[in-house]
Amino acid sequence: MSIRVSHLNKRFGSGAGQFVAVDDVCLEVESGELVAFLGPSGSGKSTILRIIAGLETADSGSVYFSGQAADHLHARSRGVGFVFQHYALFRHMTVAENIAFGLRVQGKARAEQQRRVHELLDLMGLAGLGERYPGQLSGGQRQRVALARALAPEPQVLLLDEPFGAVDARVREELRHWLRRLHDEVHVTSIFVTHDQEEAFSVADKVIVINRGHVEQAASPAAILDHPATEFVARFIGDANVYEGVTHGGYVAVGKLQVPADGLPDGTPVSAVLRFYDLKFWKEEQGIARVVRTMTLGDRVKVEAVIDDGPVIYSQFPRRSSLLTGIEPGCRIHIEVTLARLYPQNAAAGVTVTAA
Amino acid sequence: MPGAPWKNGRGCAVSDAGRLTPGQAILLALVLGYLGLILVVPLAAMAIRGLEAGPGVLLEVFADPAAREGLRLTLILALIALIGNGLFGVAAGLVLVRHRFLGRRLLDTLVDLPLAVSPVMTGLAFLLLYGRGGWLEPWLAWAGIKVGFAFPGLVLATLFVTFPFTLREVAYVLIELGTDEEEAAVTLGASPWQTFRLVTFPNIRFGLGYGLVLTLARALGEFGAVLVIGGAISGQTQTATTFIYNALEERQEAAAYGMALILAAASVLFLLALEWIKRQRGKEK
Repeated sequence: MSIRVSHLNKRFGSGAGQFVAVDDVCLEVESGELVAFLGPSGSGKSTILRIIAGLETADSGSVYFSGQAADHLHARSRGVGFVFQHYALFRHMTVAENIAFGLRVQGKARAEQQRRVHELLDLMGLAGLGERYPGQLSGGQRQRVALARALAPEPQVLLLDEPFGAVDARVREELRHWLRRLHDEVHVTSIFVTHDQEEAFSVADKVIVINRGHVEQAASPAAILDHPATEFVARFIGDANVYEGVTHGGYVAVGKLQVPADGLPDGTPVSAVLRFYDLKFWKEEQGIARVVRTMTLGDRVKVEAVIDDGPVIYSQFPRRSSLLTGIEPGCRIHIEVTLARLYPQNAAAGVTVTAA
Repeated sequence: MPGAPWKNGRGCAVSDAGRLTPGQAILLALVLGYLGLILVVPLAAMAIRGLEAGPGVLLEVFADPAAREGLRLTLILALIALIGNGLFGVAAGLVLVRHRFLGRRLLDTLVDLPLAVSPVMTGLAFLLLYGRGGWLEPWLAWAGIKVGFAFPGLVLATLFVTFPFTLREVAYVLIELGTDEEEAAVTLGASPWQTFRLVTFPNIRFGLGYGLVLTLARALGEFGAVLVIGGAISGQTQTATTFIYNALEERQEAAAYGMALILAAASVLFLLALEWIKRQRGKEK
């Protein structure tokens, strides 16, 4: 089932304390797609998900399932499976009873309930745990029970609200694989909310970046990484240096560093976003910056330098990179910008400038 | 009151191997001494005095028609409070915790009123409304209903003094529970009634049970309000507690102790019930 959201608005509170959670959001999810809503906390992504599920009502705008307006449908009639961050398992019921709940309230026969429960216990790798209570399970197991419970009534849509937020890093990794594999098997249209870029990019077919209640960009993970549509996306995705400046002679000057700005007229105020990994440093006495610190982050090294007459700049290299040769605190370096993204202020679209 | 540490069903932390530091020992002695002085010794004294005349005292109580009638009246009142405030507590708890409406804060404060107001004042207030010359008396008289110094007055007084208990316990559990499980039930296709019956109610049942036992205990023990509104007319509006009072007035000490002993036995049962509920609750967490 495809989902379309059109001009959705939602405010919380009233008067001075009013908070715009969703601001004219339009988006589309194709049938069978696995989509991530990615954004910082408080960006409104969970609210959009809850409106789609019918757990929250929009102030205006519509939600369409397969082209049919669903606004008048109560949450219980939408055929939506919902997975909550904190599992929301029925603590007084066994795992099997939890999974059977949806079929039970819909009045399905006992035999059918049991068949489906066994099927899902197997699918979720929970075989043998049917008689346990949620309190006796680990976090990862609980979230798989929650997933099985949501899937039991064979929903048309699966919505997951920060599904892996409450488990530790290793289990989170495992659950991501689960979700991806599960989706490849069941093919139910799915949306999950996350603030973790890695999670969004490694699991989803399409990522919708949401900030301050509106959609910044909706595209494939690769497209978002390579062609961030807005300054927010460029800043938010991956680690980046951000500088404000004015174009002059095809460049933006950041101290002694000249950031290429081809195609922009002189005197344009811009934000220049330079990803850590789009910069090259090499040692050179006549360089334009001085290294202040090097930090080892596992398999990568982060280098902090100060541009002459300018601000601090960071870059990141693989630990064994030849670019790191001789780079140590105090040494002078030259900086090459392999890719710069310039966002003229007060304009929607950015300009990507690749250095020749 | 909800959330008081003594309600969570967990034992207190004791240092390893149960050995106490001098400071802890002094504190423990103080607590035990205090409890003994105000709780255990008086109850024991009552039990001893009551039984001094032999267990026949209890039989005497049951032989006295006024005492039997008082006990019966108290049980009926307690039962009405149990059912009425059981239903009210769940409904009002849901409304107070789950709904947002104008005046919610005010209502939230008002429901604690019976805990703050002296029962005697409560009885007086009811008398002002329903008693002789009361504001509502003409209409009630016209309809042929007598509230003051009659059974309906006792019911009103008992309901009033007992209503915060279930409400507070249920509201406390509902807040702790949050709405996730209910929302999960709804997305799985449950109707509001199914959600309540299968998800909300099982989650609040121990809280409700705890509140009901407190309600029962309060209803059995209520004195001031039922005395003022009911007048303790023997055989009509005399409850178990007002019976004790009247018996003491008339120097029938054996009867008073006998009745007190029955009420005390009920209290012990309530304590055991509360302890059991706390354990069950603890297990489920």
